[in-house]
Amino acid sequence: MPWIRGFGKHLPERIVTNTEMARLLSVEEAWITQMSGIATRRFAAAGESVASMAAAAGREALLTSGVEANELGLILVASGSAERRFPGPAVEVQQLLAAPQALALDLPMPSAGTLFALVQAALWAPSRGPVLVIGAEKISPLLLAEPLEPGTAMLFGDGAGACVVDPRGGLARILDWELGTDGTGAGELKLELQGPIRMNGRSVILHAARKVPAAITTLLERQRRPATDIAVYLMHQANANLIAKIAQSLGIAPESFFSNISLYGNTSAASLLIAAAEWPGPWRGPIVMAAFGAGFQWGALLLEGEC
Amino acid sequence: MQQNKISDLIAAIAGKPVDIGADESLFESGLLDSFALTDLVSKLEQEFGIRIPDGDLNPRKFETIDKIAEYVEARI
Repeated sequence: MPWIRGFGKHLPERIVTNTEMARLLSVEEAWITQMSGIATRRFAAAGESVASMAAAAGREALLTSGVEANELGLILVASGSAERRFPGPAVEVQQLLAAPQALALDLPMPSAGTLFALVQAALWAPSRGPVLVIGAEKISPLLLAEPLEPGTAMLFGDGAGACVVDPRGGLARILDWELGTDGTGAGELKLELQGPIRMNGRSVILHAARKVPAAITTLLERQRRPATDIAVYLMHQANANLIAKIAQSLGIAPESFFSNISLYGNTSAASLLIAAAEWPGPWRGPIVMAAFGAGFQWGALLLEGEC
Repeated sequence: MQQNKISDLIAAIAGKPVDIGADESLFESGLLDSFALTDLVSKLEQEFGIRIPDGDLNPRKFETIDKIAEYVEARI
């Protein structure tokens, strides 16, 4: 199996505080903090797009990986907020990075999309060479569309995360994964062509709190790794309370779960790789990545850090 | 009838007495939020020795004490 070689991220400059969100949504500032653990999030500028943010994160990932754009065999972009039906942002990223030899493929999946892209990268890298995996979202223009849903709108932010999956070596080897899809949840979290995001929060949390620990447990039992031996759990940053609940289900101290959701909110497909880019490491020992999102789609990935 | 036992479980999770009718919404009353609901489902499994499959993870099944009791009694 190939390795993850390096990470990158892009975060828009504009910081939106809970004070501003509370005013926009006509809710109490303290309620946002209490229900989500989020303090600030970033909103992209008018001139920024899913593709431009994806390319910026991708450039940084190439730099930290020591890989040239002309070495890439494949670019995978996961996003639930691409600005048009087709073509998706992946082909624009190919052009922005000047990687004409690379195939470019979109996964129109928010949240867990990046985890699924990482698995695709692990499967493609041995035959295609280095794969650039990107999760990118520009959700902010859709959040404030009518009818307003404050409980959903307060959660989200914009940004992009990226990594290079390389068959030749890297920070951490991809060992195994456990993925799941449950189409009965298709109506519970969705974004129509015109916003806003519609979410049945109770249903989403109920399923996430059950399915993610189950996927992690299945994966670790198959690999004979105790959950307490994992160096760090890098999660899709959906909600601080949900991450705490998943830690509790696994019997793991919450400190084992890296979290930066207070800074950026839920950046959906971008969040997993932004978290990985910001985790200070070291990339040593077993590491778990996990995510849950619309669909429902979810999964867990086991890495072995080799630094 | 399991209503009393269920009411005790909810009170323990909510950290306050259950002062609503068995047919009133636990969500609308503020006794259960999204995260407390996950705790309740786990507690129901433990206390009643049942397995609640993913296909039954529908918040509406757990909206009132009556609905929960009906569900639990069907699975015991």
